[in-house]
Amino acid sequence: MVNQYETVFIMTPVLSEDQMKETVQKFEKILTDKGAEIVHQENWGLRKLEYPIQKKSSGFYHLFEFKADGATVEALELQYRRDERIMRFLTVSMDKYAIAYAEKRRANRNAKAAAKEEVVAEQPQEVNNESNQTEQAE
Amino acid sequence: MAQQSDIKYIAPVAVDIKKKKYCRFKKSGIKYIDYKDGEFLKKFVNEQGKILPRRLTGTSLKYQKKVAQAVKRARHLALLPFVTDNLKSN
Repeated sequence: MVNQYETVFIMTPVLSEDQMKETVQKFEKILTDKGAEIVHQENWGLRKLEYPIQKKSSGFYHLFEFKADGATVEALELQYRRDERIMRFLTVSMDKYAIAYAEKRRANRNAKAAAKEEVVAEQPQEVNNESNQTEQAE
Repeated sequence: MAQQSDIKYIAPVAVDIKKKKYCRFKKSGIKYIDYKDGEFLKKFVNEQGKILPRRLTGTSLKYQKKVAQAVKRARHLALLPFVTDNLKSN
């Protein structure tokens, strides 16, 4: 049965930018080879961790949203465990509310990215205040 | 909102000024609680990073379960701490 899943993983901060991208590509390939359809992906970049993992206090976060069957998730998680560059991962299946929320969040992010670009193009000095607001609307 | 509930945790409010609590998710129609939004989830934990009980936040049972699930997921991804001191101040 095809479900929609969301997976977030944390890569060790010792990687260079290129190595990080390579790791992401590796997992993207694993997913596509298994016949998964990648709906969306996000790179959060280097983020500070709230508590140390493997004695590291930061890590590269990456998110994939994909449609696949359960066996694909098994295969993906096995590869996560085998890869020592991955410090932590989480895969969750998405219900209809999660999918709706993810779409809204994506639209929000796109709008912000577009707004940022516009601001940068017009006035490089001005920092956009909108991006600081919390993403989950109350 | 978060600070208000904190104060309540330390000193119980006087009975006569008690305000009716409500479930913010039901009121504003939020259906999904995102575990990726650590800042938002900080409203539902105390300074040590413990999940606040329903009787303090007013969240309905249905959404309290979802909040708890989201907080636990966020902790796994190091978006929220398991234990800490003065979470709100920094």
